[in-house]
Amino acid sequence: MIAALEVTPAWYLVLGALLFSIGSFGLLIRRNPLVMFMCVELMLNAVTLTFVTFAHTLEDTAGQSVVVFVLVVAAAEVVVGLAIIVALLRKRPDATADDVALLEG
Amino acid sequence: MLDAVWLIPALPLAGFLLLLVFGRLLGEPGAGWLATAMSAASFVATVVVFFGLLGEAEEDRHFVQILFEWIPVGDLRVDVGFLADPLSITMALFVTGVGSLIHLYAIGYMHGDPDFPKFFVYLNLFILSMLILVLGNNLVLTFLGWEGVGACSYFLVSFWFTDEANAAAGKKAFITNRIGDWGFMLAIFLAFAAAGTVDYLELFEATEGLAAVTVTAIGALLFVGAVGKSAQIPLYIWLPDAMAGPTPVSALIHAATMVTAGVFLMTRVNPILAAGYDWVPDVIAWTGAITALVAATIAIAQNDIKKVLAYSTISQLGYMFLAVGVGAYVAAIFHMVTHAFFKALLFLGAGSVIHGVGDEQDMRRMGGLRKYMPITAATFIVGWLSIAGVPPLSGFWSKDEILLSAWASPGAQGKVLWAIGLVTALITAYYMSRQVYLVFFGESRWADGEETAPTEAEAEAGAEPAHANPGHGGVHGEPHESPWIMTLPLVVLAALAFVGGGLNLPFTEDMHFLQRWLEPVVGENELHIDVATATKVGLAVVAVLAALLGIAAATLVYLRRRVRAVEPELLAHAYHYDEAVSAFVAGPGTRTFDAVAWFDAHIVDGAVNGVAHVVAGAGRRLRSVQSGFVRSYALGVATGVVVVLGYFLTRITF
Repeated sequence: MIAALEVTPAWYLVLGALLFSIGSFGLLIRRNPLVMFMCVELMLNAVTLTFVTFAHTLEDTAGQSVVVFVLVVAAAEVVVGLAIIVALLRKRPDATADDVALLEG
Repeated sequence: MLDAVWLIPALPLAGFLLLLVFGRLLGEPGAGWLATAMSAASFVATVVVFFGLLGEAEEDRHFVQILFEWIPVGDLRVDVGFLADPLSITMALFVTGVGSLIHLYAIGYMHGDPDFPKFFVYLNLFILSMLILVLGNNLVLTFLGWEGVGACSYFLVSFWFTDEANAAAGKKAFITNRIGDWGFMLAIFLAFAAAGTVDYLELFEATEGLAAVTVTAIGALLFVGAVGKSAQIPLYIWLPDAMAGPTPVSALIHAATMVTAGVFLMTRVNPILAAGYDWVPDVIAWTGAITALVAATIAIAQNDIKKVLAYSTISQLGYMFLAVGVGAYVAAIFHMVTHAFFKALLFLGAGSVIHGVGDEQDMRRMGGLRKYMPITAATFIVGWLSIAGVPPLSGFWSKDEILLSAWASPGAQGKVLWAIGLVTALITAYYMSRQVYLVFFGESRWADGEETAPTEAEAEAGAEPAHANPGHGGVHGEPHESPWIMTLPLVVLAALAFVGGGLNLPFTEDMHFLQRWLEPVVGENELHIDVATATKVGLAVVAVLAALLGIAAATLVYLRRRVRAVEPELLAHAYHYDEAVSAFVAGPGTRTFDAVAWFDAHIVDGAVNGVAHVVAGAGRRLRSVQSGFVRSYALGVATGVVVVLGYFLTRITF
C-alpha cells in the first residue's frame, strides 16, 4: 500500500503550487509587514522547488544553477527587506503595511 | 588671387565687430574713419579678386570658395560659400566702391550726431550683408544677406528714432519687405523640394530635369521677393517713406545698392527664368515699365528734395526690371552700375544741400543755391544730365541700351515697352530739370520761408518735416558749401557718372566691355539684338530728343517761368495709392487680422488647451488607483498574473 505511493515529480509540483498559493494569499490578506515578507519568501521558495523538480525530470542542470542564483539574490533581498521592516517596527511597534501608504496619488 | 574672396565680406565684418566693441571709445571721427577704411579695404580685396578672375580663361570665370558647412540637415546641405563670377564681382565692386565713398561722406554729414559711432556700426554691417547677398553661392546665403540688408535698412531708416515718423517709416519698410520675403522663402522651399539643392550652380543644372511649371513657379516667387526689395509696383510704397533716414543711408541703401538686389537676383537666376514659361519675363518687363512710368509721373509733383529722388529711384529700378524682363541682363546690370553712380551722386548732393541750408528739405524754400554751393551744384548738374540721358554721360548709354533692347524684343509688346520707356525718359528729364532749377537756379527763397510755407494739405502729401538731426539744426544763416570730406565723394562720383558709360559703349563689338565680361553668366539667355545700325542710331536720336524736350519743357516752366507749373494734386498724392493701402489695412485689413487673432486664440489655442484638459481630467480620475496600499498593488499584480495565465492557457490548443 505504502510502496504503491511512489513519489513522482508531480508531487513536488503540486507541493510547489500549494506553497505558492499559500504565500500569495498570505501576502494579499495579512497586514503585518513581517508576515507579508515571509509570504514573499514562501512564494520564492515554491518557485525554486519547481525549478529543482524540472531540472531533475529533464536532467538539465541549468534549473539547479538558477536555484543557486535565487538563493543568493534572496539572501540579499532579505537583508534589505528585513532592515526596512526592523526600522519601521522600531519606530511604530504596531505598524501594519497599510500605515506606510504615503506614496499615494 | 581668387582665394581672397573670403576677405571681401570679412573686412566689413571685422569693422562691424571692432566698432561694436570700441565704437564709443573711438568716438568721432575715429569710428567713421575705421568704418571707411574697412570698406575701402574690402574694395581693394574685390579689385584683387577682379584681376584674378580677369586672368582666367573666359569659360573658367567662376570660382567657388566653401568656408564651412552651415546647415547639414538630412538631405539639405547649405554651405557658407562664396561664388566669385563676373556678376557677383561686378556687384561687389560697386557696392564696396560707392559704399566707401558714402562712408567718407557720412563722416562729414553725421558730424555732431550723438550716435555717430552707432551709425558706422550699421553702415559696416550693411556692407557686410550686401556682400553676403551678392557673393553667396546658394539661395539661403543670399537670403541671409537679403534679410541682413533689410534689417540694416530698418535700423538706419529709423536711425533718429526719437521722431515717431522716422520710427514708423522704418517699420513700414520692414513690413512691406516681408511680403516680398515671403515669396523668396517659398521659392527656396520649392527649389529644395523640387531640385533637392539650393546651390545656384547645382540648381541651374537641375532645372533641365524639372517640370516647366515648377521652374516657372520658382522664378515667379523669386520675382515676388525682388518686387519687395526693389520697390516695384505694388510694393513700392516703403521707399519714399524710407527717405526719413539720414541722407547717406538714402544714397547707399535706398538708391545705389540694396534696392538693386532684386535686379541682381533676377540676373543671377536667369537660367531659371529662361527655363520657365514666358509669362514670367513678360510680367517682369511690364511691372518694370509701368513702375518706371508711374513713379516718374509722381516725381513731377513732389516738393521734398529727397522724395523726388526716391520716386526717381523707383522709376529707374523699373527700367532695370524692364531690361531683365526682355532678357537684356547686361543692360540691366549696366544701368544698375551707372545708376549707382549718378543716383548716389544726386542723393549725396541733396544731402549736401540739406546740410548747407540747415536741414531744409522743401525745394520751395531753396533756389539760387549754385552761388553758395558751387561744387555741390556742379556735381549735381552732372548727375542731372546723366540721369536725364544727355550724351555722353553714363545715364544716356545705359538707358539707351535698355530702350534698344525693349525695341528689339520680339513682337508688338517690345515696341509698346519701348514707347513707355521713351515717355518715362522724357518725364525723367523733366522732373530732374525741375529739381535742379528749383534748388540751384532762380531767385533764392530760403530766407522768406513763411510766404512759401506749404499748406496743410501739401504738407501731408509730400514734404516730410525737416528731420530732427541734433547735429546741425537750429537757426541757420546763409547757405554754405559743405566741407571737403563731403564734396570729395561728390566729385569722384560725378567723374564716374560722367565716364561710366565707357563700361559698355555700343560702337564696336570690342567696346562691349561689360557684355563680354558678363557673358559667362548670362550669355545663353541674353537677348540677341538684331537691329540695323541705322535703327539703332535713330532710336538713340529719338531718346536724346526726348531728353532735351523734357529739359526744355522744364526750363520754360521752372526757369523762365513762361508756363504755369502743372503739378496735379493727384500726382502730389502719388495717385492716393499709399492712402488707399493704409485705409485698406486700417479698415478691412485690421478686421481680418482681428478675426485671425480670434481664430488663433479660440480655435487653435482651444484645441491645444482642450487636449491638456482631457489629459488632466483623465489623470484626476486615474490617481485614485495609486492608493499607496501595498495590498492593493499586490492584488493588482495577482490579478494581472491570473489574466495573463488565463490568456496563455486558453490559447494552448491540444
